[in-house]
Amino acid sequence: MTTAAPELPDVTAQPMRDTFVAAATAALDADPRTALVLADISADRFAEAAARHPDRVVNVGIREQLLIGVAGGMALAGMRPIAHTFAPFLVERPFEQVKLDLGHQEAGAVLVSSGGSYDYPGYGRTHMAPGDVALLDTLPGWTVHVPGHAAEVAPLLADALRGDGRVYLRLSERGNAAARPVGDGLVTVRAGSGRSSGVVVAVGPMLDRVLAATAGLDVTVAYAATVRPFDRAGLGRLVAAAGQADVLMVEPYLAGTSAHEVAAALSDRRHRQMSLGVTRDIEVRGYGTPADHDRAHGIDTAGIAAAARDFLLA
Amino acid sequence: MSTTTFSRYADLPALIGLMTGDEKHQAAAESTLDVLWVLYDRVLAVTPETADHPDRDRFLLSKGHGPAAFYAVLAAKGFIDVRALRSWAEFDSPLGHHPDRTLVPGAEIGSGSLGHGLGLGVGTALALRAQGRTRTRVVVLVGDAELDEGSNHEAIQLAGRLGLESLTAVAIDNRSATHGWPGGIGERFAREGWAARSVGGRDHTALYDAFTLPHSGRPLAVVARVNPKG
Repeated sequence: MTTAAPELPDVTAQPMRDTFVAAATAALDADPRTALVLADISADRFAEAAARHPDRVVNVGIREQLLIGVAGGMALAGMRPIAHTFAPFLVERPFEQVKLDLGHQEAGAVLVSSGGSYDYPGYGRTHMAPGDVALLDTLPGWTVHVPGHAAEVAPLLADALRGDGRVYLRLSERGNAAARPVGDGLVTVRAGSGRSSGVVVAVGPMLDRVLAATAGLDVTVAYAATVRPFDRAGLGRLVAAAGQADVLMVEPYLAGTSAHEVAAALSDRRHRQMSLGVTRDIEVRGYGTPADHDRAHGIDTAGIAAAARDFLLA
Repeated sequence: MSTTTFSRYADLPALIGLMTGDEKHQAAAESTLDVLWVLYDRVLAVTPETADHPDRDRFLLSKGHGPAAFYAVLAAKGFIDVRALRSWAEFDSPLGHHPDRTLVPGAEIGSGSLGHGLGLGVGTALALRAQGRTRTRVVVLVGDAELDEGSNHEAIQLAGRLGLESLTAVAIDNRSATHGWPGGIGERFAREGWAARSVGGRDHTALYDAFTLPHSGRPLAVVARVNPKG
């Protein structure tokens, strides 16, 4: 890592990976159906769990196609596998295994990534995966959680493990100062008036930045820690109660990833929408700090504030 | 069910003919036919009645291309209705040119894109071991050209290092890999710690022995040699 530039005041360090390790270890202890598949990443953190459950904690080495294939095979035999590594190696590198060894087989798994979208920018583009949610969005049936606080990780993981479906839990080390309720769709954090300028949806780690960026604006700010399935009905209600049918989506991954969901939610009315997130049209080749990349993509507080005013006060 | 009238090895060409309309030529061309028959007739502990039982043996057709022999054997053994063969590859048929496990009773995986079966097989074998089902076998059929895909080698390596004795790979070798396998396919498995055996892919006795003789503590690779493609 490089010498850290000061973190934005609207971003709080969140030890989501440590929280995940503790929650997954507890799940392995509690339920013999739970299995954990690793590809070296975080294997050191799961050493105790592996010692206690040598048959259910499997480190396949640096073999990410096999990471997903093994998870699929375990699910076919009735287990509930968690597969974990950094986001580019969990979703992008073995994408056909995600598509076929899980989806096509109707096999369930909980994929838990860390580092999204650019928690480790010193490592460069190879360790960034801002397209992970958009890629999974090409496949039917995925639930996608994007927590914004470490305390949101354990309940989301527990909920995922109770089911049989395909769940992606996208972790970052950067988030918000306070945990929010998870599991119930959009949560209103700040309600605008009946004459408000619209609705701003902050996904996961973007919330505190969005709150700061929209301070002084009459808008509704809603929080989403779960983006698939998208809470279309909830967005429709929030927009109906707002003064304008204008929606600003602020996501920590590729800009516009949820634009089609917003369009579907509001297809019954005239509306406007704008999407903020990681830039699609250029590859940012800088290293530096995550805050540097927030600025480059216009999703630091100042960038969001400027875009929000352009869009909502137009 | 018509299985009582189409349940023998000698019936397989007629069953394949229901799909292809050309039984003599097509049946002889099916490189997997004898391996599949020996597995389902004599090796695998799985029947239509136990097809969902957790202790059943698993057969994973990784090389999903050219599944007519697979469907014929499943029909002969009563997993699928013989009448379904006539609808092969029609829109609402359960049987396509690549099998879909959600549509074909008895098919453990859907396949078609090469190089997926061994990884799924390793995961299944690991899960069965974790569940204490040590007597349950997992047999994965691959082709020699399919082994070009690197994903296979991730699975071969790990299965060997972990000593997954319950896992068997049967490689149909019709020498169709573009760049070949100098030294033979079996060498790739043996180098990674598998027990490797090479037999004639039409010899039922040799295939049976290869599948069933002990291979203590190691996964088993059976290379089934058949006539070169084309």
